[in-house]
Amino acid sequence: MNPGIIRGAVRPCGRLRSHPSNLIRVMPAKGGPKISATSTPTRASSRPHVIVIGGGVIGLSIGWRLAASGCRVDLYDKGPVGMGASHAAAGMLAAGVEAEPGEQPLLPLCRESQALWPGFAAELKAASGRPVGLRREGTLVVALTRDDVALLRTNYEFQRKLGLDLHWLNGAEAKEREPHLNPRAAAAVFSPADGQVDNRAVTAALVDAFVASGGTIHEGFAVDALELDGGRVRGVVVNGEVRRADMVVLAAGAWSRRIGGLPPELLPPVRPVKGQMLSLRMDPAAPLASHVIWAPKCYLVPRADGTLIVGATTEEKGWNADLTAGGVLALLEAAWRAIPGIEELPIAEMWTGFRPGSRDDAPVLGPVPGVDGLVLATGHHRNGILLTPVTADCVADFVLTGRIDPRIAGFGLDRFLKGREAAA
Amino acid sequence: MSDLLTIAGKSFASRLFLGSAGYPNQQVFLDALAASGAEILTVSIRRADLTGHGEGLLDLVAGKVWLLPNTAGCATVKDAVLTAQLAREALDTDWVKLELIGDRETLYPDVEQLLRAADQLVRDGFTVLPYCTDDPVVCQRLADVGCAAVMPLGSPIGTGLGILNPYNIETICARSPVPVVLDAGIGTASDAALAMELGCDAVLLNTAVSRSTDPVRMAAAMKAGVEGGRLARLAGRIPKRTRAEASSPELGLIGT
Repeated sequence: MNPGIIRGAVRPCGRLRSHPSNLIRVMPAKGGPKISATSTPTRASSRPHVIVIGGGVIGLSIGWRLAASGCRVDLYDKGPVGMGASHAAAGMLAAGVEAEPGEQPLLPLCRESQALWPGFAAELKAASGRPVGLRREGTLVVALTRDDVALLRTNYEFQRKLGLDLHWLNGAEAKEREPHLNPRAAAAVFSPADGQVDNRAVTAALVDAFVASGGTIHEGFAVDALELDGGRVRGVVVNGEVRRADMVVLAAGAWSRRIGGLPPELLPPVRPVKGQMLSLRMDPAAPLASHVIWAPKCYLVPRADGTLIVGATTEEKGWNADLTAGGVLALLEAAWRAIPGIEELPIAEMWTGFRPGSRDDAPVLGPVPGVDGLVLATGHHRNGILLTPVTADCVADFVLTGRIDPRIAGFGLDRFLKGREAAA
Repeated sequence: MSDLLTIAGKSFASRLFLGSAGYPNQQVFLDALAASGAEILTVSIRRADLTGHGEGLLDLVAGKVWLLPNTAGCATVKDAVLTAQLAREALDTDWVKLELIGDRETLYPDVEQLLRAADQLVRDGFTVLPYCTDDPVVCQRLADVGCAAVMPLGSPIGTGLGILNPYNIETICARSPVPVVLDAGIGTASDAALAMELGCDAVLLNTAVSRSTDPVRMAAAMKAGVEGGRLARLAGRIPKRTRAEASSPELGLIGT
């Protein structure tokens, strides 16, 4: 049986034993949670008591920042933490090669967060004792056919105009960097700044860092609604019971619209964007790739342990989580065209996930007009891992100071509300 | 000046049909749709999210456009008919853009299956707009089985090569008893204008807008291209000549 599908085994249970009092773990089961999650505040401080909804990388990292600065933080997740998009992702830090027409406003935020990653990874390792698999070999975007080359050239010229550090390689130069590439590879673009982290390691490290900073995780507790009182959030409703807090951070990813209590127009415009992925097992001593590789219709992300992640489909299928024959076929075929040698590799795992896609693919960060005490940190689409450091810093800063960091000023919910007024 | 496009008794002011796939994001799509002025939006029923969670594409365009579900991805009569029936249930429309792909490399229509599926769907009460080859006889046959319009290709899907056989398109337009909508192959605004000048009643395009560097601006360009081409067609172009002829009178010049 596939080890990755036995989800219990990949959860960081061992670490949590060192802070048992901080973790209230209730697996979703018939009859609901049996353990009350009400705990006594241990710190007397002027810092706000914060509830974070959602235990993915975004919620955990914001929670960690807040707990580390002295807040009492309770984090709720409907299931085990870190098992949504944070688990499904590939962990690419690809601000450069993923820059595409129509999304120029997002680029400065992506580049900023990419620059923060090495420091963030080091801090996270210091706080959790866990490395997060940051690799900085760079990314190759590979063209196999004449049509691919024409498209690559167009994108390269577009991205160069945005000031990105990219290098055009001919086929021979590309194969020098990645000798297992299809010999037909006709050209490639090399982006030295675009690397990767191991997103599952990041999630595990964030759990430990958050708990070590005094935060409390409530697993298996779905938040039904926000508790509102005269335009102010007073807490959340869990299993019919109100849990009070000074501030609530909504970081529930693709599930962010499932929270009750808000008028529909103030719900973040976020939807599930399904992705199918799989991983193969390379010999870590003789890997078939070392860069992140973007090939036509797939990407390949080689981990240091020999895992080769192949992703991903992009599907508008609501909450359908099926792996499909066509999805897996398309990924394997595209990966095989890029690196024919993969046909010998064992399949390690196959999975699906839901990107939290906002209407313009950029995250929704900051306050909600007319609802005091509620802070949004959702809608990161395919950039959640990349944008974790900048999101954590800016959202935690807003919770503590009420200041909207200029880096996230253009990414508030208000940008969608303005559109509505203009259209009306 | 009213110049409406009428298909199966339904009239539209815009002669541009837009596809909904491949945009950088939904906001860019919505802005491009507005800039295009398109009133008919085609949606791949097999790739669309029909669950209605509030942020799906169909939720965002509800009430703003006339939906034309398509059977993209279908390769057999059975697939296409089932997909059309699903679309009728899900979207409450009997219109369907019938797409039956015969070959994954060229994405050319499978004409033999297309005719059979069109016949079957027309009998089942559908308003059928088939995507077909630029063949005057095939277009005639499709009209004969009761299709509400025909949609010949300009060049293969997604190529942006424009209209590779303008002679055929012009012939189809001259003979067709039903509206002709040029579908597939449009690369830029002049291609759309040419289609209209050749006599097409409308143009359907997707990739040329969705994958352009500035989709919203390209959508506006396509709107202008279609309108320009239509006006030129109605105005009547001058005959082509082999020798120059000055546009100003050559008699009565000062000094003569």
